[in-house]
Amino acid sequence: MKLTQGCFSYLPDLTDDQITKQVQYCLANGWAVNIEFTDDPHPRNTYWEMWGLPMFDLADAAGVMMELAECRRVYGDRYIRISGFDSSHGWESVRISFLVNRPAKEAEFELVRQEVAGRAIRYTTVRKPAEHASV
Amino acid sequence: MLDLPHAKATETSEAVFDLRKEAEAAGITETLRELDQELIGLKPVKSRVRQIASLLLIERIRQRAGLVAAPPTMHMSFTGNPGTGKTTVALRMAKILHGLGFVRRGQVISVTRDDLVGQYIGHTAPKTKEILKKAMGGVLFIDEAYYLHRPDNERDYGQEAIEILLQVMENQREDLVVILAGYGERMTNFFASNPGFRSRIAHHIEFPDYSEAELLFIADLMLQERGYRFSAAAREAFEKYIALRRMQSFFSNARSIRNAVDRIRLRQADRLVSDLDRMLEISDLETIDSADVLASRVFSGGADARSSNP
Repeated sequence: MKLTQGCFSYLPDLTDDQITKQVQYCLANGWAVNIEFTDDPHPRNTYWEMWGLPMFDLADAAGVMMELAECRRVYGDRYIRISGFDSSHGWESVRISFLVNRPAKEAEFELVRQEVAGRAIRYTTVRKPAEHASV
Repeated sequence: MLDLPHAKATETSEAVFDLRKEAEAAGITETLRELDQELIGLKPVKSRVRQIASLLLIERIRQRAGLVAAPPTMHMSFTGNPGTGKTTVALRMAKILHGLGFVRRGQVISVTRDDLVGQYIGHTAPKTKEILKKAMGGVLFIDEAYYLHRPDNERDYGQEAIEILLQVMENQREDLVVILAGYGERMTNFFASNPGFRSRIAHHIEFPDYSEAELLFIADLMLQERGYRFSAAAREAFEKYIALRRMQSFFSNARSIRNAVDRIRLRQADRLVSDLDRMLEISDLETIDSADVLASRVFSGGADARSSNP
């Protein structure tokens, strides 16, 4: 199952050229570009680990791509995303976030139904255990 | 890069290029003219810069004509005595490279050892990488590069910075141009102990010392920029000043001249203020008198004689 999270996730995976252009767009807007990675891509897990510091004073995307290459080398078996944080007044939030790396075997989720008081139904998204316990 | 296929389609059909138009579009005629006008002397440097600019221009046209175009290595090393204009030329170089599309952004990040080398184990790599990332798409200017290598201390972190630099210089040639600068003799030693550096740098440019006539011309230009001019006697005195100053210690070419000009301005102001009971004319304000020049301690033996003649 292809994980869909953030921008462009219903499109085919971005190529490095396309990622470079997106990053350049972020830098041109003055956003801080972050590289984050995780092995727990649950939609409720917003706290991914950061690869290095936010990059806000770069002129060219090549610097980010250099870090991304390094991050992929170390954490190629995890999800990696790039986000652009806009610190300008009134925004002060993440403006763009997209996946740039997926593990060979993607995480799978399923919906678990739970009956609670008054026959009400609650649903929660739960990660399926990996079939081969290699992760 | 985006408009490349389009350009190819139209340009190859005519297969003729207007060189002047191309050069002007790239802004190099303008930049080279500025380089010629604003920098005095430096003949070998200028001719080398012109060669590099020409190569890049031709390379660009070749690419559009559909010929094989391998991006040349553009890392450079500037060697020369203090005050011979290495930093100034580096800034111009970034402009030229940017105009020709060899670097994408054209910013210049000027660093020294302190910016690259960390203070403890594990500090150097992130620090160097941080600088490299900032310089991506532009020019990284490393002043006094020989300080990176400390031959007397083999555990010095400088070596780590050098290794990272070399790696990026090799692998990301299209993203970054590195310019090393430093004084001649010590750069030679630096390259001797880091052969990797020497071979990865395509252009070794030597900055010659200025002649006395050139230094005088530089002084004239500096005064002009600041809205002053020499009187005939003062100009003569300054010629003598240059001849004497060159022989004394710590002479650093154009930088010494700049300092001299600044001190001459001080003395001129002092001379004007010392006589309060007179009417000043504009010509008084902008003229440097021979007395302003001759009061310099250079005429009485230089810095060594400082205590006897303040």
